[in-house]
Amino acid sequence: MAVPNPAVDKVPTGYKYGWHDPEMKPLYVMKKGLSREVVEEISRIKGEPQWMTDLRLKAYRHFEARPMPTWGGDMSQIDFQDIFYYVTATDKAVQSWDDVPDYIRRTYDRLGIPEAEKKYLAGVGGQYDSEVVYHNIRADLEKLGVIFLGTDEALVKYPEMFREYFGTVIPANDNKLAALNTAVWSGGSFIYVPKGVHVELPLQAYFRINTENMGQFERTLIIADEGSSVHYVEGCTAPAYTTASLHSAVVEIIVKKGARVRYTTIQNWSHNVYNLVTKRAVAYEDSVMEWVDGNLGSKLTMKYPSIYLLGERAHGEVLSIAFAGSDQHQDAGGKVIHAAPNTTSLITSKSISQGTGRTSYRGLIKVYPGCDGSKSTVRCDALILSDEARSDTYPYMEIDEDDVTIGHEASVSKVGAEQLFYLMSRGMNEAEASAMIVNGFIEPIVKELPMEYAVEMNRLIQLQMEGAVG
Amino acid sequence: MIDELEIRDLEVSIGQKKILKGLSLTVRVGEVHALMGPNGSGKTSLAYTLMGHPDYHVDAGSVTWRGEDLLSKKMTPDKRAQAGIFLAFQYPSAIPGVTVASFLRNIYNAVHHPKQPAADESDGAMPKYTGIPLAKFRKLMEEKMALLHMDPAVAARYVNEGFSGGEKKRLEMLQMAIINPTIAILDETDSGLDIDALRTVAEGINATLSPEMGVLMITHYQRMLNYVKPQFVHVLLDGRVVMSGGEELSHKLEANGYDWVREQVGLPSGVGDEVAEPVAEHV
Repeated sequence: MAVPNPAVDKVPTGYKYGWHDPEMKPLYVMKKGLSREVVEEISRIKGEPQWMTDLRLKAYRHFEARPMPTWGGDMSQIDFQDIFYYVTATDKAVQSWDDVPDYIRRTYDRLGIPEAEKKYLAGVGGQYDSEVVYHNIRADLEKLGVIFLGTDEALVKYPEMFREYFGTVIPANDNKLAALNTAVWSGGSFIYVPKGVHVELPLQAYFRINTENMGQFERTLIIADEGSSVHYVEGCTAPAYTTASLHSAVVEIIVKKGARVRYTTIQNWSHNVYNLVTKRAVAYEDSVMEWVDGNLGSKLTMKYPSIYLLGERAHGEVLSIAFAGSDQHQDAGGKVIHAAPNTTSLITSKSISQGTGRTSYRGLIKVYPGCDGSKSTVRCDALILSDEARSDTYPYMEIDEDDVTIGHEASVSKVGAEQLFYLMSRGMNEAEASAMIVNGFIEPIVKELPMEYAVEMNRLIQLQMEGAVG
Repeated sequence: MIDELEIRDLEVSIGQKKILKGLSLTVRVGEVHALMGPNGSGKTSLAYTLMGHPDYHVDAGSVTWRGEDLLSKKMTPDKRAQAGIFLAFQYPSAIPGVTVASFLRNIYNAVHHPKQPAADESDGAMPKYTGIPLAKFRKLMEEKMALLHMDPAVAARYVNEGFSGGEKKRLEMLQMAIINPTIAILDETDSGLDIDALRTVAEGINATLSPEMGVLMITHYQRMLNYVKPQFVHVLLDGRVVMSGGEELSHKLEANGYDWVREQVGLPSGVGDEVAEPVAEHV
């Protein structure tokens, strides 16, 4: 997409992941643009079964037929014919960092991933443009039957389980972007946790876009069998190119009876990426699903992690942090559908807008008739750091049952000159003072993160503030 | 280098309103000064101007600290703090989500170990930075909290959030004790305190004072001065120091009010008393 992005010129001071690897020699670059042929070619390269090729083509027809959504952020500059749909640097995912090409390895080293894997992760996946380049899980978990693979590999190795669940939570015709993802998906993580198995340390995947005008369409599918638990974490970065890239993922999660899944995202795309993602989980009886969603980067993010509470006493939580700097729009929030009695949910949203940045909270609570005893609380707080920054709230409620408890609270506050003066009088410069106020504001959510991610979150905020004030 | 804060013929306005109209005052390290005046005389304006609040415009005059221009553009409030100036606020701000312990460690490091930018941050590395070790800081904090008779549980609370007036003032004094400044300006530290809280806070101030610290206590009432003895007392009226003396002056003001001073210096009765001082909004 040859769209000049003025944001990028201002980024380098604040965005520290904006390098690209000039050495990358793609193994395969499919010509730009989208067509039936491109969809078929992706499927052919991957050697997929016919049912998947057919599903991709069906999804492509949905994509073609549907208009672009007119709500949310400004997507008018996205040119789907000016995007690379498939670029790969390697032909397979390896299980040792030593086998990853040097220049890719260097990128992951700079992001600190191999180091983190040694210290506090149960498994790591790394996706570079279209394909997963690295995937590894601790041997003890593998023995217990835990599956953690690139999604393409899972389709080959576990075709029956794959077909049973794929596209059941987010069907191909769900929305235009989900249809696009289904048509051209590549990479992502596939996780299966067997009955009663608890994966104590997080599994992490790291998504990196390297190619300019790249579209990354990973597809993640997580199945937590009865009574199991898992925490999955994803991080995302990209080079700060002058033209825009597109990230449009689909994440489907099945949380079976009594299981527990937490899905944490620290999205820090460079400010030239459109981040349009569909994430949805179904939660059965007595299960718990939690989305922890941190959005710091991108030009425009539209993402509303959803939970369908399908079994009695299921519990869903969405914790959302959005940070919009100048020329960024974070349109984020969460949706919870109560479709069984005595289900409970909590949505907590904290958004910060700075410079000319814009944040929107967009959320839905729906309670179906007959879901008596259900409880839901929505809390959204916005912090505005400048006169030009903007924040909006769009909370939707569709309550079709009387015997329920629904709470909604919202607040908007501005960092006061007095607060800044107070902190600066204690020796902090303006960036440090603002970062302290912002970190305090998001503290209720950050304390839910594992220590390492909490530190990372605070650090990213600090970098954003330094870039903006300096 | 002279260890003194010298304020000369200072004129300050906020918006269109002139607040300070030629104020002169010198505070040397090791001295305790009390600046007394009725509401609206310019007390808080002086404190904010000395700390560098952006809303307070210096129209004329000078402030030097150890011979250097404190009012120069590069002396933003953080630089003044690092130069040894401290202001105890009358209405300190709340910082939700930031614990007292974390805040205190941050301000200690901000004043005593300001960050130096790293030579190369291109890899996303944070600036090279060494602050006070956690264990050492803990010890310092606990020691100072004990000095001020503070409940150790305060360390885990969020800064000034839901604090009573007395708790806020005590936290200001704790910050002063931890930073250990060279010049401390106490803005109405006695206001909003009951007699027991006043005594505790005053004891804390006395325990923090040292020959290496100069103090400017700004107050409306004399009662604080029963506990913290000033060597010099000044009267602020209509934006100027109109009278200076020893401790006995504060007793005279307590007994007789300010009208006799006005009469003596030729100001009309009650000037400034009825107009509240326009300070910026406190969050």
